Amino acid sequence: MERLVVIGNGMAGARTVEEILERGGRDRFSITMFGEEPYGNYNRILLSNVLSGAEDEAGIFLNSLPWYAENGITLRAGVRIDRIDRFARTVHADDGSVTPYDKLIIATGSRPFVPPIDGMRNPKRGYHQGVFTFRTIEDTRGMIRYARDHERVVVIGGGLLGLEAARGLQQYGVAVTLVHAAGHLMNSQLDAQGGAILRKSVERLGIAVELDARTNAVLGKEKVEGVRFADGRTIPCDMVVVAAGIRPNTEVAELSGLPVERAILVDDHLRVLDEPDIYAVGECVQHRGQTYGLVAPLWDQAKVLADHITGRNPTASYHGSRTATKLKVAGVDVAAMGITAPEREDDEFVVFAEPRRGVYKSVIIRDERLVGATLLGDVSKVGFLMQAFDRGLPLPEERVRLLFDLGGPATEVSAAELDDAAQVCNCNGVSKGALVSTVHGGVKTLNGVMDATRAGKGCGSCRSLVAQIVEWAAGGEVEQDPSAAWYVPGIPLDKPALMTAIREHGLKSVSAVFDTLAGGKEDAKSKMGLVSLLRMMWGDEYEDERGARFINDRVHANIQRDGTFSVVPQMKGGVTTPAQLRRIADVADKYRVPMVKLTGGQRIDLLGIRKEDLPAVWADLDMPSGYAYGKSMRTVKTCVGSDFCRFGLGDSTALGIAIESKFQGLESPAKMKLAVTGCPRNCAEAYVKDLGVVAIEGGRWEIYVGGAAGAHIRKGDLLATVDSPAAVITLTGRFLQYYRENANWLERTYSFVPRVGIERLRALIVDDTEDLGEGLDSRMEAAVGAYRDPWKEGQEPVVPGQFRTALPLRSLPLVPVRAGNGAVTGPVPAVGSAVAGPSNGGAQ
Amino acid sequence: MTTATMEHRLGSVTALPVGEGRAYPVGDEMVAVFRLRNGELRAVSAVCPHAGGPIADGLIDAEVVMCPLHQHIFELATGCSKTGQPPLKVYPVRVDNDELVVGLPA
Repeated sequence: MERLVVIGNGMAGARTVEEILERGGRDRFSITMFGEEPYGNYNRILLSNVLSGAEDEAGIFLNSLPWYAENGITLRAGVRIDRIDRFARTVHADDGSVTPYDKLIIATGSRPFVPPIDGMRNPKRGYHQGVFTFRTIEDTRGMIRYARDHERVVVIGGGLLGLEAARGLQQYGVAVTLVHAAGHLMNSQLDAQGGAILRKSVERLGIAVELDARTNAVLGKEKVEGVRFADGRTIPCDMVVVAAGIRPNTEVAELSGLPVERAILVDDHLRVLDEPDIYAVGECVQHRGQTYGLVAPLWDQAKVLADHITGRNPTASYHGSRTATKLKVAGVDVAAMGITAPEREDDEFVVFAEPRRGVYKSVIIRDERLVGATLLGDVSKVGFLMQAFDRGLPLPEERVRLLFDLGGPATEVSAAELDDAAQVCNCNGVSKGALVSTVHGGVKTLNGVMDATRAGKGCGSCRSLVAQIVEWAAGGEVEQDPSAAWYVPGIPLDKPALMTAIREHGLKSVSAVFDTLAGGKEDAKSKMGLVSLLRMMWGDEYEDERGARFINDRVHANIQRDGTFSVVPQMKGGVTTPAQLRRIADVADKYRVPMVKLTGGQRIDLLGIRKEDLPAVWADLDMPSGYAYGKSMRTVKTCVGSDFCRFGLGDSTALGIAIESKFQGLESPAKMKLAVTGCPRNCAEAYVKDLGVVAIEGGRWEIYVGGAAGAHIRKGDLLATVDSPAAVITLTGRFLQYYRENANWLERTYSFVPRVGIERLRALIVDDTEDLGEGLDSRMEAAVGAYRDPWKEGQEPVVPGQFRTALPLRSLPLVPVRAGNGAVTGPVPAVGSAVAGPSNGGAQ
Repeated sequence: MTTATMEHRLGSVTALPVGEGRAYPVGDEMVAVFRLRNGELRAVSAVCPHAGGPIADGLIDAEVVMCPLHQHIFELATGCSKTGQPPLKVYPVRVDNDELVVGLPA
């Protein structure tokens, strides 16, 4: 077995060894690692969290001491290598030991850069006792200890490390001044304007900032009394932290005669130049003229090194890394990549600055490629920018889209640029190529393509991208889709015209609508929408035809992938009782319910119920339906409100229960999820509901509409602020009724509200400018009055075989039984996509 | 050469509501029988080839059935999918003396 020696037990050394082990290195090498620090291996990047108290020391260890033993590695922690004898192939340690190697890896990392400053170091005694660097656990412990009983600290260095140190030290009650020699903070990542905005954000945190300040002396003999700048100014302080950057730690390599410029020179295999058996990795290397101080390049290097040294891939080579940083520095989000300022005359430089909010964004584009970007305060676009920077993706023509999501779908890449293999519909797995060939095959309408491929028929979030691709593939010859405006595909009328016709002809059943308005031609895809519309319009007078209902509405439960059903009893406002819980538990036992799950809507879901068991399950539960299967009012989620919560401003629980009691089961064009929360902390997530109510100070309630937190995420718009629960219920009823009457089939409020416009809705519903209020209220009252718990049907089925299984020969349920410990047992079915189309997705 | 067909009696047609389907075990097969609004009957295999969905629970019109799990659509007369799936099997079905009779290959 070959002897592999690793000098350095930091992130680079340990990661490289991990990569080597992954490639079977344990069978090939006996590994010895030397580390100067007397521990296992820790994540140095997280030291700032330890300093700020956000994490304890134990939390940042990557590999503890036992890990080394388990992997057959001899760890010599706390032992420093002084010299490499590359001719004898041995390393000499400070404890006098000599260790032979066949292969050697140098991963000595960096050491803090300490500029020459008078009075900082005593040649005999080392650093002044109040002066610290910030690189190791030991440094961090020292800083914490010292800061606790001192008052004023000066941090020298306004880069990443200095900012982190300054922010962290604030936790210990010291006044912090950040001193930076350059003209703006983080000058190697940010341009001057970005740096200025960062300075404002940092000052807002209570950190004083001195720029263009070159520290040339630490004052005080016995203890630190201050620092003096080159311009003669002094600042009093009793502690100094030097965080002025890092320098590659190349001492051992230099002493041993290895080639070193700024760092140890390595080739593309990470081998030290002209040394076939010595490798170097991490911050201590210089590759093609570059040195790196970030972790991402280190990961790349470790892989290449491991591939090469184990012989797994002898041609593996490292070509350098394009570095992009995204981090939170001193509480501020920062992302930076590439160059920080335009360098050539025709570089495009796009900048947005909003100093008040601490937001700054800039991009630099050269020859249609992103060559630099800086984001401060808002890094929401960093994902795309990093990809564009890394892979040279095509950029949007409107450059502002690089900085912001401008409404509409997040289609950063245009239809033309997408690869044929790119998956467009992630629910149904439809590629761009499939869409294009459908169009070329002669289908020239959006709906036609969607029907043929099922693209856009899952969650629907890709629909506009599908539309763009169809348009592009058809070369501008997309045929107008007359049916796009129809309420359902089988009746050529939009919703208002359809409602007028239904009323005029007095059509009270689905078949009557087909007979009168579609020449007797039935359409399966239209039935569900028509049932909903007719029930909304006619209430009690609606003539039910069971076959027109979707299976969920025939059996009042949500069909699952194996043909079993989910049963969710009503639990108003998410409030339950011990008696209810006992009954639910008994039912779960009796029917061997494979999974009992809490839903997002604060209820209990019994999953895997056989269709034929539904009536008995309902009877045993003796609770009303929770409507977790219909296009209807689902739940009203609440927080604990004012009775128990010490922050509660209003009794959200009682109001939520009242709203749910009133509007329970109400059918609607799409499902409606509501919430009432007792204060703006929003524990019940009212801001992202179809209708959400928020108690505010002064006994008042805000009503938000059009929120969503599903495939689309949208904060609701404020409809009104009212001063009583009764007013909340009135406006809720009016809004829901207006939505029921005017929204298209399957149009959730998050589309409906922006389509109509919140101002218009407010005028119609709150200010009642067109005298609709009374009519809406009375029609809503009629609908509420027609409520009947559908689970009562269990006692007397409406049609023969209503609850007969449709899959008689299979042993159900097929979905694996999940025990309380999360283990999966039982048969696993072979099934495909689990995403329901216009049916009901997750239970709420 | 024609394949021999074996007829199976599935009970009273009144147990099958108009506009709906029911599933019946026939030998080793599962058959979904539908009663259209015009009174005609259709019989197809009862398991969706896409993901095993219960076809008998699907919504129908005079021509197609739509699987309740992922809305795949199949022609009732031919079994062919209009949404790119493998076809359903189609079986002859009739009423005899108020009883459903379905024919399967012997």
